[in-house]
Amino acid sequence: MECVFGLVGKGFAIVAADTSAVHSILLHKNNEDKIMLLDSHKLVAASGEPGDRVQFTEYVQKNVSLYKFRNGIPLTTAAAANFTRGELATALRKNPYSVNILIAGYDEECGASLYYIDYIATLHKVDKGAFGYGSYFSLSTMDRHYREDMSVEEAIELVDKCILEIRSRLVVAPPNFVIKIVDKDGARDYAWRQSVQDVTTAAV
Amino acid sequence: MSRRYDSRTTIFSPEGRLYQVEYAMEAIGNAGSAIGILSKDGVVLIGEKKVTSKLLQTSTSSEKMYKIDDHVACAVAGIMSDANILINTARVQAQRYTFMYQEPMPVEQLVQSLCDTKQGYTQFGGLRPFGVSFLFAGWDKNHGFQLYMSDPSGNYGGWKAAAVGANNQAAQSILKQDYKEDATREEAVELALKVLSKTMDSTSLTSEKLELAEVFLTPSGSVKYHLHSPDSLTKLLLKHGVTQPAAESS
Repeated sequence: MECVFGLVGKGFAIVAADTSAVHSILLHKNNEDKIMLLDSHKLVAASGEPGDRVQFTEYVQKNVSLYKFRNGIPLTTAAAANFTRGELATALRKNPYSVNILIAGYDEECGASLYYIDYIATLHKVDKGAFGYGSYFSLSTMDRHYREDMSVEEAIELVDKCILEIRSRLVVAPPNFVIKIVDKDGARDYAWRQSVQDVTTAAV
Repeated sequence: MSRRYDSRTTIFSPEGRLYQVEYAMEAIGNAGSAIGILSKDGVVLIGEKKVTSKLLQTSTSSEKMYKIDDHVACAVAGIMSDANILINTARVQAQRYTFMYQEPMPVEQLVQSLCDTKQGYTQFGGLRPFGVSFLFAGWDKNHGFQLYMSDPSGNYGGWKAAAVGANNQAAQSILKQDYKEDATREEAVELALKVLSKTMDSTSLTSEKLELAEVFLTPSGSVKYHLHSPDSLTKLLLKHGVTQPAAESS
């Protein structure tokens, strides 16, 4: 049900995630932000067991911060991704975290990068990646239209194509998505794609 | 000097000193000296060997120089058996970092980590401090070539040129005068040989009494640690004119 996907463009990486917080048949909220800022130039989009998702990503975020305070330099995206994978791997045969993660980051030496880390500590450096049922649609759409060194506009067009595909073909498609971008200027929100807004007052 | 505060490492004396730590440094002051010099294209480490015998198998054992990781090496002054423990600790710490981050451990972090270990032996556990001082030479992508010196207290500092072991103060003052900022590795080797020849107690300088190592980048960009062979050392000693017996022992 949870849809997370991302891709690398020319000098940037984009991740998109659905914003539904689901508990069995109930939708708690439809504006839950599942993409966290790991540091100024890294994003982590996570899907999975809600408690684990927040716990684990915050744990990684705080460790990344601690490294920076201790050593005066930030971790590279590759180092942060490998650290994350290591933590999942260590926990795996005792108390596994049920969290799938896409880490997107920008480093001066190697530009933008995207890392796919699944809940059993698989790590891949990828140009495009996706998790969840939505991945059946988004990955196929990205395979069809993705090119190397796409511009931001082209990449967003592709992201929107994926969101459209998910909305029209996935039976319990999440209505809303958040898109975030990371490039040399840092990690930040790009846009929200909302087809259903929260209703604050009951219709009379 | 208050003898009654000597025996426990983990207490201060009334004057606020840690005697065991100071005694450890005293022990190092009697050991073979080591000098490190930073140049713009590499770091040079040179050490004076105290165990010299032609029966020594020099190809398999090194007394002063050790490789910690592909990008970090160190020179040792002090109690050799203590040094072996710490070198192993440093090697494990470096590999642990690489296992976690899949990247080489930044040199300063490695030194800091080892010094944290050494500090523990001055504060708790009731064990004596390690009687070793190190000169760490390495390269990382953050700060390029670096030279660090650490002592039994667990303090460390980054240096352009440093000396540990016997006559280190004399060596340090000569280095202060003769060190040049933009020296090349070759010039650093020459300076190291000259300083050691002036501060060593022995009457003549031969390749059996020395160990010389360099840390530099190969043309392909990888870090290389090169320990000179005795023949190479002899050639260098001749080239820089330091094989003659020193005029007086320091």
